[in-house]
Amino acid sequence: MNKVVYGTAGQTYDHKKRALPPELGIFIALLVIVAIFELLGALFVGQSLLFDTKGRFDGPLGLFNVARLKIMILQVSIIGIIAIGSTQVIISGGIDLSPGSVVGISGMIAMSFAQVAEVNGLPNPKPVFGAWAQDIPALVPIIVGLCVGLAAGLVNGALIAYTRIPPFIATLGMMVFARGAAKWWTKGEPVSFPSESFAAIGSGMMPVVIFVSLAILFHIVLKYTVYGKHTYAVGSNEDAARMSGIKIQRHKMMVYAIAGLLAATASIVLCSKNLTAQSGMGIMYELDAIAMTVIGGVSLSGGRGSIVGTVLGALIFGVIISGFTFLRLDAFYQEMVKGFIIVSAVVLDQWRQQRAAARS
Amino acid sequence: MNDEIVLETRDLTKHYGGVFALEGADFTLRNGEHVAIMGDNGAGKSTFVRQITGVEQRTRGEIIFNGSPVHFENPMDAREAGIETVFQTLALADELDVPDNLFLGRELIRFNLGPFSILDYRSMRERTLQALQETGVKIPNIRNIIRNMSGGQRQCVAIARTATFHSKLTIMDEPTAALGVQETAQVENIIRTLKDQGDPLILISHNMRQVFDLADRVVVLRRGRICANLDIRNEDITGEDVVSYITGARTQREYEGTAGTHSVAA
Repeated sequence: MNKVVYGTAGQTYDHKKRALPPELGIFIALLVIVAIFELLGALFVGQSLLFDTKGRFDGPLGLFNVARLKIMILQVSIIGIIAIGSTQVIISGGIDLSPGSVVGISGMIAMSFAQVAEVNGLPNPKPVFGAWAQDIPALVPIIVGLCVGLAAGLVNGALIAYTRIPPFIATLGMMVFARGAAKWWTKGEPVSFPSESFAAIGSGMMPVVIFVSLAILFHIVLKYTVYGKHTYAVGSNEDAARMSGIKIQRHKMMVYAIAGLLAATASIVLCSKNLTAQSGMGIMYELDAIAMTVIGGVSLSGGRGSIVGTVLGALIFGVIISGFTFLRLDAFYQEMVKGFIIVSAVVLDQWRQQRAAARS
Repeated sequence: MNDEIVLETRDLTKHYGGVFALEGADFTLRNGEHVAIMGDNGAGKSTFVRQITGVEQRTRGEIIFNGSPVHFENPMDAREAGIETVFQTLALADELDVPDNLFLGRELIRFNLGPFSILDYRSMRERTLQALQETGVKIPNIRNIIRNMSGGQRQCVAIARTATFHSKLTIMDEPTAALGVQETAQVENIIRTLKDQGDPLILISHNMRQVFDLADRVVVLRRGRICANLDIRNEDITGEDVVSYITGARTQREYEGTAGTHSVAA
């Protein structure tokens, strides 16, 4: 039994009851997974996953295998950007199935405004628009892409807030619609040959820089702003939030609009990185993003979770993908293990919650 | 005592389709007065509160608060005007801590950036502790989330909201219905504190002992109508008398011919 000291007027503070941050558990899980791969690597491949075993201790990260670390983060950063949006949607008590398709449509449309007029001295073989949309500043495709994402998000939000259909259905509709729209835009043709300035957005480690910046920004937004507080409140108890005067409908519109903007951001980075946009890109991204948030301790029933958790969830994803390549195992094992980890993350979280409730 | 009328309702009526949940309620509350509203389940107690607090829109009638007629579109309007309500279903967000809940919907901010204004956590914590001190609410750790609290602590948090914002009128809808003996005592102490501070209160309760302990006056509702207005502080009235009004065995003379004549439209 925990002894609680009652003071005169609610000022006593039982320090023992101050629970450890839930993110700590996820961080430990990350370390455990890394340790498992290190062990398997030492046993079967004779290499280390994260550490530089060749003894070139140069630079501040000399202890680590920097090349692999970079790839590890790079390959999750684009879906990670989507996961930031999914995190706040799920905290608000909703779900968003549309980001993968929004990546498709916003990328296709954005890329159409990013094409160059000439490729190797010849006219662009597959221009979407005429000369007026070619060789224009990269800002134009960025803004166009973001607007498409914003529009999709606003439609999601409006459907959920005003028709009161379940978020699952509203965003499922958007998922199917936006995928169709992405195919319709060029009748299924890919859009390629972006301008140099547009290609710079996703080159090298830029996706990581964008992901980390957005993660920091949204960590601040969720933890330290009124918007963040209301997002937790709406997901925690919608009636209480309404009684407290929070404008639920307006708030939901904002949550889904921001998720749409983040999906479009991910799309722009992805197109720029791949130097092409295809109607099929982004398929299943929403599910990976949801998986990252769930592994990161965001509760699907709403009200609980954080960006820090989601970033750790994304890193767990990255370690698993890299780890399997490192162990030279086929990709399908990877997916099987991912599925296993998603379910275990939720089960563990529920145990933890029950224990926390029983303690107090 | 200042006898100014804080709240007055005239002919306050609410129909849900054909159901007459509240019919022609004339009610007054003076400053510093603690009035209990009693009645059987479905008598219209909660309906009455919902009209005053803007949760629902009345069918007909007038509400005069602090001397001027009011029309609250939503609970926030009522709250801004100074009516603080502890609802039967506690309006608390389970995953948030005490200061977050006290200030939900009216957060203190450091920089104004519209919806992205930066929260002033420190001031909110300080004012929370102050409010808890004023009301005598004991909560071991205000940073604990509501989900991890006992029913009594939750109720206290809900009540502490009223003290935080120095409301002009507090309404409590069965604040101790789900509480144990000790927790009930704690809530009742908070109510006494409000009385000592001269804050007016409307208390909805089924607990006769509690009402006689805490209230100055009892208004009895039956089938959507007021059937008795009893000054239990100054007149010789027993619990049995109140029960007879609640059950319909008696009706005060001035309410005769109105109470209980019909509750459902054909």
